[in-house]
Amino acid sequence: MATVSVRQAKKVFGSTKILHGVDVEIADGEFVVLVGPSGCGKSTLLRMIAGLENISGGEIAIGGRVVNNVPPKDRDIAMVFQNYALYPHMTVRENMAFSMKLAKAPASVMEEEVNRAAKILGLDALLDRYPRQLSGGQRQRVAMGRAIVRHPQVFLFDEPLSNLDAKLRVQMRSEIKELQQRLATTTIYVTHDQIEAMTMADQIVVMNGGRIEQAGAPLALYDRPANLFVAGFIGSPAMNLLPGRIADGGFRTDGGALLPLPPGTSGNAATYGIRPEHLMLADDGVEGTIVIVEPTGSETQVTLRIGETQIIGAFRERVQGRPGDPLRVMPDLSLVHLFGPDGNRLS
Amino acid sequence: MTEATNSATAAPEMLSWDSKSRRVVMLYVPLACFLLILLFPFYWMGVTAFKPNAELYDFAQHNPFWITSPTLDHIKHLLFNTSYPSWLWTTMLVSIAATFLSLFASTLAAYSIQRLRFRGSQYVGLAIYLAYLVPPSILFIPLATMVVQLGLFDTPFALILTYPTFLVPFCTWLLIGYFKSIPYELEECALIDGASRLQILRQITLPLAIPGLISAGIFSFTLSWNEFIYALAFIQSSENKTVPVAILTELVTGDVYQWGALMAGSLLGSLPVAIFYSFFVDYYVSSLTGAVKE
Repeated sequence: MATVSVRQAKKVFGSTKILHGVDVEIADGEFVVLVGPSGCGKSTLLRMIAGLENISGGEIAIGGRVVNNVPPKDRDIAMVFQNYALYPHMTVRENMAFSMKLAKAPASVMEEEVNRAAKILGLDALLDRYPRQLSGGQRQRVAMGRAIVRHPQVFLFDEPLSNLDAKLRVQMRSEIKELQQRLATTTIYVTHDQIEAMTMADQIVVMNGGRIEQAGAPLALYDRPANLFVAGFIGSPAMNLLPGRIADGGFRTDGGALLPLPPGTSGNAATYGIRPEHLMLADDGVEGTIVIVEPTGSETQVTLRIGETQIIGAFRERVQGRPGDPLRVMPDLSLVHLFGPDGNRLS
Repeated sequence: MTEATNSATAAPEMLSWDSKSRRVVMLYVPLACFLLILLFPFYWMGVTAFKPNAELYDFAQHNPFWITSPTLDHIKHLLFNTSYPSWLWTTMLVSIAATFLSLFASTLAAYSIQRLRFRGSQYVGLAIYLAYLVPPSILFIPLATMVVQLGLFDTPFALILTYPTFLVPFCTWLLIGYFKSIPYELEECALIDGASRLQILRQITLPLAIPGLISAGIFSFTLSWNEFIYALAFIQSSENKTVPVAILTELVTGDVYQWGALMAGSLLGSLPVAIFYSFFVDYYVSSLTGAVKE
């Protein structure tokens, strides 16, 4: 178990800059999720921590030791890959014991460790099977078992759930989180799925274009996104982000809608953000026209048109309405987010 | 809707191979022609090897496509009156040694070009490929000088060391393709697990590349077995010759072709290759058509 510090880490491939000086501090035992759209550099950062990519600038320390020039096997880490990377010609047992075999561990220790990991992950009955005889979820578990037996200081996960179907993904998500809580091993987890990030992380690091947009606890990011990118990225359905300006005693969107502002607001807000779930049905609200009604059972998503502006609301109530009908909605004024012309949050 | 579904299912039936006569014309007849053309030389070789000389040289009295009184005379002559067993032994030795030598060198070359990605690895790959394009009929002249200067002339080593000149480029390219199909994550994972490059090669990559190694081995073995020009140029004494050269130089006396012995020699000479192929045909096909299954 260890802390991980990434200080001004840079990565350059030829003339392409992948990471422009990234800083991340990870506490001992923390579960950190690196999240962002594809190509944002999150996997590269993980691979740099693993030692699979050179570090072009800055430094990375694991447990207080700078590891820039330490080969992967001496960093005391374990990694789970997106396609699991199980050795196809070895049984589950051999796969899990491979690292110990290389370290020339005694047979009794190997046996004990493999059995312990198999018990934790429910793989006892599958130890003599080959990876091709396993289902996706089982392969995923073997990949984790291979990481567990090593008692590493840090677990690294590179999009481990993206090859699984939706139902299994939800199940494995909680299994990984539960496992991490039980072992209390520092974990760095890469995903492009913000739901995974929200549900699993102690700390989320949102990346975009080789830079960190914001880092913090999941709900802190949800409640106070630092900029437009984070506001749009975290949360599903995504936050309504409406460009416009403060005028006429409210916020006039470019589409012509007039939305109420929290009392005492002033300044040069250029974007009005309101999450769909923070809109309420209210008789004294802003009137719009229903475009689409999408009931999911637990809630109803309604796309409204106010002037030329489209806005999505998610309501606990069952909305009785058809496209073209009028509907009045009111933003929860304590949960309105305002962003300046540079895209950063106005406090 | 039902009509549409019906016509949709009916249409492929019209195009399918279900009609019997269509099947015969489009599939079996061409297949039969193909087989006939491919197999006839082998049949001719087999028939000639067991025909007595009287039948062999008199088509007027005897059906050329059939044997009335088969004989083992040619094979006996070959085995007991010529150095055929020693030719066979030399060919076997040279082919196996050259194959293993080439596979060893090509595995290391292909692995380093495909996986280590050192500076200029692409050019090394290209250079190896270009070496393959130099025809043996040009290359044997400088090689002959080297063989003589090293004192290898007329020894099996002359062939064991020269055959890799065309086997290594071939096998390297075949193996580069095969290594490419093995997911790189496996090696990265092994790297994190604590394996060294050589351990990765031996314990991860090579076991997964066995089909590729076998097909490279088969190709090398066959090419070495059939090789003619180097064997003709670098070997002089009768007992050191390989089968393809020996049957042509030792069984044609003056302008007399001993057809029976020639064909018996070819038949016995092609058997080891055929047996070799039959054992590994599955690997061979899988290495040309498929990649590593996880």
